[in-house]
Amino acid sequence: MESLKIVSKERTKRLAWLAKIELTEEENDSITIQLNRILESFKDLDKVDLKGVEPTYHAINVTNIMREDKVTPCLKKDEALANGSKVKDSFFVAPKIV
Amino acid sequence: MADTDIVIGLEAHCQLTSLKTKLFCGCSSDYRGKEPNSNVCIVCLGHPGSLPKPNRKAVEYAVMTGLALRSKVSERTAFYRKNYYYVDMSKNFQISMYETSGTTTICEGGYLDINVGPHKKRIRITRMQLEEDPAKLVHIGPIDLSPYTLVDYNRAGMALLEIVTEPDMSSPKEARLFLQKLRSILEHIGVFDGGLEGAMRCDANISIRGSTRVEIKNISSFKEVEKALNFEISRQRGVLRKSERVVRETRHWDEIRKVTISLREKEEEHDYRYFPEPDIVPLVIGREMVERLGRSMPELPDARAERFSREYGIPAYDAQVLTGEKALADFFETCTKMLGEAKTASNWVMGDLLGVLHDKDLELHEAKVTPATFVGMLRMINDGKISGKIGKIILPELVTSGRDAEVIVNERDMQRIADTALLKSVVDEVFAENRKAVDDAVRDDNAVNFLIGQVMKKTRGKADPQLVNSAVKEKVMRLREKNQGSA
Amino acid sequence: MKNVLQLTLFEQIQAIRGGDVEKEKILEAYRKQIRDHDSELRAYITLNKNLMAAQDGLLEGAPLAIKDNMCTKGLKTTCASKILANYVPPYDATVVRRLKEAGGFVLGKTNMDEFAMGSSTENSAFFPSRNPWDTARVPGGSSGGSAVAVASREAVAALGSDTGGSVRCPASFCGTVGLKPTYGLLSRYGLVAFGNSLEQIGPLTRDVRDCALVMNIIAGNDEMDGTSLEVAKENYLAYLEKGVKGFKVGVPRDFFGEGTDEGVKEQVWKCVHILEGLGATWSECDLPTLNYALPTYYLTAMSEASSNLARYDGIRYGVRQEDEGLDWTASYSRTRGKGFGPEVKRRIILGTFALSAGYYEGYYLKALKVRTLIRRDFERLFKQFDVLVGPTTPTTAFRLGEKVDDPIAMYQTDIDTVPMNLANIPALSLPCGFVGGLPVGLQIMAPPLAEGMIFTVARRIEEELGLDLRPPL
Repeated sequence: MESLKIVSKERTKRLAWLAKIELTEEENDSITIQLNRILESFKDLDKVDLKGVEPTYHAINVTNIMREDKVTPCLKKDEALANGSKVKDSFFVAPKIV
Repeated sequence: MADTDIVIGLEAHCQLTSLKTKLFCGCSSDYRGKEPNSNVCIVCLGHPGSLPKPNRKAVEYAVMTGLALRSKVSERTAFYRKNYYYVDMSKNFQISMYETSGTTTICEGGYLDINVGPHKKRIRITRMQLEEDPAKLVHIGPIDLSPYTLVDYNRAGMALLEIVTEPDMSSPKEARLFLQKLRSILEHIGVFDGGLEGAMRCDANISIRGSTRVEIKNISSFKEVEKALNFEISRQRGVLRKSERVVRETRHWDEIRKVTISLREKEEEHDYRYFPEPDIVPLVIGREMVERLGRSMPELPDARAERFSREYGIPAYDAQVLTGEKALADFFETCTKMLGEAKTASNWVMGDLLGVLHDKDLELHEAKVTPATFVGMLRMINDGKISGKIGKIILPELVTSGRDAEVIVNERDMQRIADTALLKSVVDEVFAENRKAVDDAVRDDNAVNFLIGQVMKKTRGKADPQLVNSAVKEKVMRLREKNQGSA
Repeated sequence: MKNVLQLTLFEQIQAIRGGDVEKEKILEAYRKQIRDHDSELRAYITLNKNLMAAQDGLLEGAPLAIKDNMCTKGLKTTCASKILANYVPPYDATVVRRLKEAGGFVLGKTNMDEFAMGSSTENSAFFPSRNPWDTARVPGGSSGGSAVAVASREAVAALGSDTGGSVRCPASFCGTVGLKPTYGLLSRYGLVAFGNSLEQIGPLTRDVRDCALVMNIIAGNDEMDGTSLEVAKENYLAYLEKGVKGFKVGVPRDFFGEGTDEGVKEQVWKCVHILEGLGATWSECDLPTLNYALPTYYLTAMSEASSNLARYDGIRYGVRQEDEGLDWTASYSRTRGKGFGPEVKRRIILGTFALSAGYYEGYYLKALKVRTLIRRDFERLFKQFDVLVGPTTPTTAFRLGEKVDDPIAMYQTDIDTVPMNLANIPALSLPCGFVGGLPVGLQIMAPPLAEGMIFTVARRIEEELGLDLRPPL
C-alpha cells in the first residue's frame, strides 16, 4: 500500500482543478502516488536550519530595471491573430463563460 | 442620509491614462476605438518567451498618488504574480503587487476626505498597487446566454492603479463621493482622465448589520456604483427580512439590467498562489525620487478649493463643488479670468450649468459648451443684450450644440427689446386689451404686476424687465393722476 | 583540406574567408549529413527548408541548430509539446536575432524534453533523440537535440537552455562543450520560460574556442529583458590565450559521493592533475549544501513552471482540443489535460501544490531559503578558489527507457548541475575522456561573470587532452 501522507487523491483533484488540467481517475491516482514519492524524497530539506535566513527570490541582486514610457510598434493585426485557434471579426473566440 | 448599519469598502481601479504606453510593454495606451487586437504585442498577448518590463513613469505616478493621499510610500516593493485562470487573462496570471510579511505594495495607508453635505468625512486608504488591466470581453447578448466569448486584448496590459479603502463608507452616496473625489485628485495630479470610457472601475464590498460581506464586481463608473450598491442593499434587506442568510459570494453588476447577479463563485475556491515575479527585479523607491515628485506635485482639489474661497470670495461649499471635478474647476477658473470677476461665473456655473448637465445626464467633458461660449453669453447679459431669463433659456442649447450665444439669440430673434418707443406701443396694446386689469392696477399697486407679466409675455421675454417695469408703472401713475384730476 | 563537416565554427569561418570553400557548399554538406543520419538520431523537430538568406557577417552563414524553446520568427517553435505543435512565433528571440545579424543561419529547431522538463530528451512529445556514441543510449537533456546535432556534425554549433543542467548534461553525454552562463548575461527574451529565476541560454559547440566565439556574439545587455545585466561587453576569445599558472582550483569532495561512477571520477581527477602540471594549485574542499540542491531546485523550478505554463489555454496560440459545448473551465482543462505530457503535468501539479495556501511556507519558501544557503556556500568557496571543478554528471549516458518511468531516478541525473543555477554562477562542461566508449564531462565553475576564467581553464585542458570527439556514425 502506497503511503499518501502528504497529498491525498482529493487534494490532487483540487490541484488539477486549480491548474486547469483534466485528469482521468487513473491519472489522478498515479499522479497522487508519484507526488507523494517525490515529496518524500525532498524530505531532506526539513533537516536544514533556516533560522534567520532570507529567501532568494531573484537570481541577481539588482533593482529598478525599468523602461521609459515610449511607444514601440505593435504587431500587425494579422500577425496578432495568426496563431489564434478561432478568430471572428478580429476577435479571438474563447469558450462561453457560464 | 447614511444608514448606520451599512458598511462599504471599495477597490477602485484607475487606468493611468496619462501614460503613453502600457504597464509592461511599449504598446500605446491609446487603445480606445481601435479595431480589436490591433493594439497588442507579444507581451500583452502573453506569447511564449515574452518578458514584461515595468514602465518607470507608472511607478512615478503611483508614488505621486500616494503622496497626494498621504500614504506611506514603500522604500522597497516588488511585482508579484496573482495566479488564476480567466478568459480575459493573457497569461492566466496577473502581474500585481502583494502585501505579506516582509513585503509591501507601492503605497500603504493614507486617507481622503469627502464632503457629505456640510460635513467632512475621512475615508482611510488601506493600500495602493500597480497591476495590469485584463482584456475586454464581448458577449453575444447577456453574459449568461452568450454561446462564446469574444476577446479583444487592446486594453490588456494597461496600467491600473488599484486603490483599496477601509470599510469606512456607510451609504452608496458616500461611495460615489469617494470615487468622485478620487477622480478629481488623480486628474489634478495629471495622471488620469476620468472622461475616458472605463478609465475608472471598481469592486465594492458591502455588508449590512454585521451580516455576510458580498463583493460586487464590474462596476464601470462612479455613477454606477451608487446604483449597484442601492440595488444590493435592497436585495440584501429583502433576504434578511425573510429571515434568510446572505450568502458570502461575488456578484456581477449587470449595467444593462441594473441588477447584481451571482457568479456562483465561492471565495474559498480561489487560491491565488502569489509569488514574486521572477522576470521583474524589485523596485527601490529612494527618498530622492519621492522628494522630487513631491516638489513637482501640482495644486490638489482641497488646496484649490481654499484658494477659490480666498481669491474669488466664494463660499467654502461652492468652492468644494467647483473643485469636485478638475474639468469643472478649470472651466470656472477660465471663465472667471475671461470675465474679470468670479461672482457671476460661480453663480452661473454652480446653479445653471450644473443643473443643465444634470438634466441632460452629461458630464462637463461630454458637453460642447466652452469657457469662451459660456462667457460670451454672460457678457451679453452684462451688456444688456439679453436678459438673464433669456440666458437660462438658451443655456441648454449652448451645452448641447456648442454654438455661440449670439448666433442662437439672433437666430431665435431673442435680442432684448430696449427700444422705448417700441416698448411703449406694446404697453399701449396691453392696456387696451386688458381694461379690467388696468382698472384694478389703478386702484391697487399689487395688480400692476399682472400687466408687466402681459407685456413680457407679448415680447416673449425679450423686453428689458426694468424698462417694462417703469413704462407700465408710469402709465398707471398717469391714469391715477388723470382719475384724481377728473374726480 | 579536411571534410568541411569536421571543421569547427572558427575554422569554417577561416576557410570561407580564405576562399577554400563556399558558404553554400557547407550548408549543403550539413543538409546532406542530416538527410543521412537524422532519421536515426532525431536531433531536429523542424528543419528550415529555406535557401540560405544569411546576412553578411562574422559567422559567414554558419549552419546553426536552435533548441525548440527559443522563438524563431516564421519558423515553428514547439517546445517539443503537443500543446505548441502549431505555434509560429511572430518574433525572434534576442539571441537568435543576434546570431542572424552576425551572419548565422538557423538550420533547424532541435528536439528537447517537453518544455525543457527532463534530463534525457525522452520527454519530447514527438520522439526521443539518440546518442550518436551509442544509439541505444539517451543524449541527455533537456537540450538533447542540440547536443546530438553538434556531436554528429548535423550543425556546426547550437544553442540550448539550462535551467538545472539542460545544456551541460547533454554536452557531457554527447561529448561537446556546453556553457551555462551567469544569469542575466544572455537575454532570455524569446526563451520560452520553464523556471525563469534559474534558466539561461547557452552554446553547445565542438570546442572551447567556438563557445567563446558564440558568446562574443550573443552575450550582453538587452533592453527587452528586465533581468538583463548591464555589463561591459567582453572579448572571450582573448581568454583562450591565457595561462593557468597560479590559479587556485577547488575540488569539492561532495561531487564525488556514492552514485558517482568510478570511471568518471578518474577522468575528472586526470584534469585536476593536468592543471597542476600547468602551474595551478588545487585542494579539496566541502560544499555541504550540495545534498539539498536537488529538492531546492525542483521545488523552485516546478513552482515557477506551474505559473509560467498557465498561459497555454488554446486561445491566442497553440493547439486547442475539440471543445464544442464546453464552458471555459472545461475547455481549458481538456486542452491542457490532452496537450501536456505526463512529466509536464506532474511538475505543474507539484508546483501548484508547493505554492498553494498552507504549503507555501513549508515548500516553496523553504526552498528559496535553502537557495540562499547554497549561494553562500559557493561565495565562501570562491573566496578561497578561482575556479571549482567536478564531474558534470555522476555517470555517462544511460540507456533509453532506463529511467523514464522513475522520475526520482531521473532527477538524480541533475545532482551536480542544479547547484550552479541556484547559486547563479557560470559553469561549463568540457569533454575530458571516455568511459566504456562514452564521453565524460568535466564541469568547470567560476564566480558570477567570470566566464573568461572558465574559458582559460577549459582551453588549456582541451589542448592537453587533444581528444578525438567524432562519434562512430
